[in-house]
Formats: sequence, structure tokens, C-alpha cells
Amino acid sequence: MKIQVRYFASLRETIGFAAEAVDTACEDVASLRLELIARGGAYAECLAIERPVRVAVNQVMAHDATPLSAHCEVAFFPPVTGG
Amino acid sequence: MLPRVAIQTEDFDVSQELTALRAHDLRVGAVCSFVGTVRDTRALTGVAQDEVQAMELEHYPGMTEKSIEAMIDEAHKRFDFYAARVVHRVGRLLPADQIVFVAVTSAHRGESFKACEFLMDYLKTQAPFWKKEQTPQGAQWVDARVADDAALARWGIDVNNA
Repeated sequence: MKIQVRYFASLRETIGFAAEAVDTACEDVASLRLELIARGGAYAECLAIERPVRVAVNQVMAHDATPLSAHCEVAFFPPVTGG
Repeated sequence: MLPRVAIQTEDFDVSQELTALRAHDLRVGAVCSFVGTVRDTRALTGVAQDEVQAMELEHYPGMTEKSIEAMIDEAHKRFDFYAARVVHRVGRLLPADQIVFVAVTSAHRGESFKACEFLMDYLKTQAPFWKKEQTPQGAQWVDARVADDAALARWGIDVNNA
């Protein structure tokens, strides 16, 4: 299925762009993260499991087990620091 | 009715915001507000390298507004208040600039004090904003604080942001 993946703040800078279309069979957030890490390079660096990466699915805070669906929007970003 | 949430590059006028929030509502007997501003850490520590020359605020358009709307809804379930307004600036800011405004109206002060603090605690750990500080050593992203997660935990909400 096709999904939209977005990156913000330091992750966007490391990966080098803000969004990409991804074709994946991953069913949840955790497996998508692993699939992206497996690409190596900047992905492996900034999405590494030991790093504090937060995820939103369809613009709602998500967790490892949050399911993905066709055309969903998944965003990866560092801990938030607003206010 | 005044929108509950505004994300903007422009500055805001606290007095105008407060006037608009309580306008024509004669039930209101208390207005509580909070303003967050850009701090130059050097002024706190006296250490030259701690100077904050400017700050860049990035956000996630769409999710930002949705997440703050959701936290105001959650606040309404917990506290007895009438209106709430959140304004958050994005883009480039300078030391002493205003960043965020939260205000709440209620009949008596207790509920608006609590709702205002709840909204700020929630916003700190759940709204998708990121600060990048310009310092003498170059630009660096601000780290999330564990203390902010602890602040929201006081309200019975477990988060794992930092």
C-alpha cells in the first residue's frame, strides 16, 4: 500500500527532505520504522531504536502498535519542545 | 466566535486577546492567562556560550491545531470554565519576544487557574512544535525536558515525550 511519510525538525534535516511517498506492506508503526532503518544511511542514524523518536499517524500521536492503513500519513519527529 | 487556536508568525497583543476572550460573557468573574517568552539563557547563567541570539520555531501544520483543539476539549471535561484561547507563534523569534499565550475564563478563579496550567502542561509535551536556538556555537535544537513530562503526570496523564 502507498502511504505518505513526513519528517520534522532534526529528523527532516538529517534525512534531507520533509516528505516522501512510501510503498510498504508494514502493518504498524514499529515495523515501518524498522523498514526505514534498514535503508541505512541517514534513516538508520536518525530513526535508530535507541533514539527518542515520536510518531504521529494521521496527525494524532501514535505508538509502536498503532496500525497503518492505505494512504495514511505517518510523521516521525523528535520529542516536542513548544510552549 | 473567536477561534480557540491560532498559529501565527505575527506577535499578539495580550490586552486585546483578553478583552476579546471575555467579551459579552457576563458569567465571567475570572480570567487567567499565561505568556511564554524567549529566554536568553546567558542572562540566567552569565556564561557567554549560553547566549540565545534568536530562536526558530517549527511546527506540524494541521496536527498542531488539531492537538491543541483536543487538549482544550480535554480541559473542558476536567474543569468548569467558559472559554479558552491558545496563540502560538512560529518562525524566527528574538530574545524577549512573546512565544505563546494561553487564557481561560471562568466564574471563579480556581477553575481558570487550573485549566490554564493544564493547557500549558499539555501543550509542552503533546503539541508538535520544535525550537531551534541560534547560539555563538551555531544553531542547535532544544532538548525536551523530563520535568515537562512530570508536570503532565500530575494531572494523571502519562506521557513519554522527553
